[in-house]
Amino acid sequence: MSQLTIALTKGRILEETLPLLEAAGIEPLENVFKSRKLTFETTSPDIRLLILRGSDVPTYVEFGAADVGVSGKDTLLEHGNNAFYEPLDLKISICRLMTAGIAGKQLPPGRIKVATKYVNLAKRYYAEQGRQVDIIKLYGAMELAPLLSLADEIVDIVDTGNTLKANGLEPREKIADISSRLIVNKASMKMKHQQIEALIDAVGSAVTERAA
Amino acid sequence: MSKVDRWLLPDGIEEVLPNEANQIEQLRQRLLHLFETWGYDYVIPPMVEFTDSLLTGSGRDIELLTFKLTDQLSGKTMGIRADITPQAARMDAHSLQREGTNRLCYAGHVMHTRPKTPLSSRTPLMTGVELFGESGLDADIEIVSLLLAALSAIRLEKQYIDIGHVGVFRSLAEFAELNSEQELALFGLLQTKSQSEINAWLDVNVADEQARQWFSQLPKFSGSTGVLDKAREAFAEAPAEVLAALDELQALINVVSERYPNAQFYCDLSELRGYHYHTGIVFGAFAPGVGNAIASGGRYDHIGEAFGRSRPATGFDLNLTAICRLLRGNDKTEDKGIFAPETNSYAGWQKVLELREQGERVVCGLSGQTSPRDHQNCDRILREQDGQLIVEKL
Repeated sequence: MSQLTIALTKGRILEETLPLLEAAGIEPLENVFKSRKLTFETTSPDIRLLILRGSDVPTYVEFGAADVGVSGKDTLLEHGNNAFYEPLDLKISICRLMTAGIAGKQLPPGRIKVATKYVNLAKRYYAEQGRQVDIIKLYGAMELAPLLSLADEIVDIVDTGNTLKANGLEPREKIADISSRLIVNKASMKMKHQQIEALIDAVGSAVTERAA
Repeated sequence: MSKVDRWLLPDGIEEVLPNEANQIEQLRQRLLHLFETWGYDYVIPPMVEFTDSLLTGSGRDIELLTFKLTDQLSGKTMGIRADITPQAARMDAHSLQREGTNRLCYAGHVMHTRPKTPLSSRTPLMTGVELFGESGLDADIEIVSLLLAALSAIRLEKQYIDIGHVGVFRSLAEFAELNSEQELALFGLLQTKSQSEINAWLDVNVADEQARQWFSQLPKFSGSTGVLDKAREAFAEAPAEVLAALDELQALINVVSERYPNAQFYCDLSELRGYHYHTGIVFGAFAPGVGNAIASGGRYDHIGEAFGRSRPATGFDLNLTAICRLLRGNDKTEDKGIFAPETNSYAGWQKVLELREQGERVVCGLSGQTSPRDHQNCDRILREQDGQLIVEKL
């Protein structure tokens, strides 16, 4: 058996991924939330976990440094191109990717300014809407941008919508439904397919059980 | 640009230093020799040509990869080749006009506007073969066999072949009466194997229940050759072309795996590299440590049409640049040269010539140099003893 490396997204996605892996018989040998380590051996001797920043997971999988990854659909859409397989919807960390702006305020005509951390995704979305926009890349606290007239709209993930409301913003158009996905490096899928298929099946049935 | 970074090369463009250059050249020669022994004629297609001919019949992806410039003599747009296959097809259809089968091979650099995959070279050295004029499965079998022979020749121990057939998806798309835009959209989704999104798309775009089920199952048919049997069951009621495609795959794998028992086949009915111009069996080769295919190919029967002669065709190309990166460090060059200290004697000169004619590498010392330097790769030295010039171990 060759070694299988799984890259996980830290934070909320990690909390929801671990039970799924556990149901598939894969448990880290130490507490991933307490340790400062970045790689973890598991109860399954041929499987190793990496704990990464979300936006790094697609990169690790694309280059084959990790065979399998768990990543939010928002990150995948932003990463673009079909550089890996995406065989399983884990149905965790569910939210929506939306545009939002100041409640009740009309968009100005013509070119507008959009603040987001999803630069490629936003550009694509507005182009599909037939609208030319100037994108401003921000790394957090998008809600601030319209309030300070830095942007006319923002593109961000929305869960309950409470943060928007608290800042006087309203959600507008839904761009996509978001959940976390299992992604697989294309070459790994071909060269380690028995191991990976078994993993997909096991995690897949854990997902179905959880939904039931 | 300050003086400090004047040596910087553009992203994806590289210079090749001695050891590796030597290795690349050896691989190139070994492969071209192999192709020659299989009856393939070596051709040298041009580096640039008019985009009119260069981009004919190839997909939009190739067009985006092609660097373009204006020909000052004709005012027409020229492209620097991003793929040699269409050039070979033109040579077969127009320039050579041979009857019956025609086998060509080539080795040359192509240039890509963007790296095809992250960190890959934008000027990879490609070598490949094309077999024209035979539409039967025999030709595909010969080509896949030759690919495996090539992988053995470059001493890749584990040979992973990923294989599929565009006939399956194409006949199903015809059956479901998808328009070309829908076909492209579904094709894109299949490449990600994202089951939930494929199903959602099918619910909206495909009315026929049976077709929906077939499409939805496609990504599942990937794995060891056993999936072909499962697929045959699932597609029992599907158009005859689908079953014919499955039979072709099975027949090819049977023959080739008997010839090359080390080869591991991975069948995938939804992975269709280069779908735009391929028409039958398509395949790729993978190696541990490389995230992308190191060789790819398949059947493309209609490219020649644009040049006046529609000819069945199949072939593959190997990315030598990627393969060399993979082997880097495996082959250490040995010191095997002879150092000749500076001498003005004619006899010394004669001896050097004689050794060189025997195929020895002889490095002459200059400016009074009496022993070789590290990078000169010498393990022996030429010395005078009792009036005789002898070669001695260092």
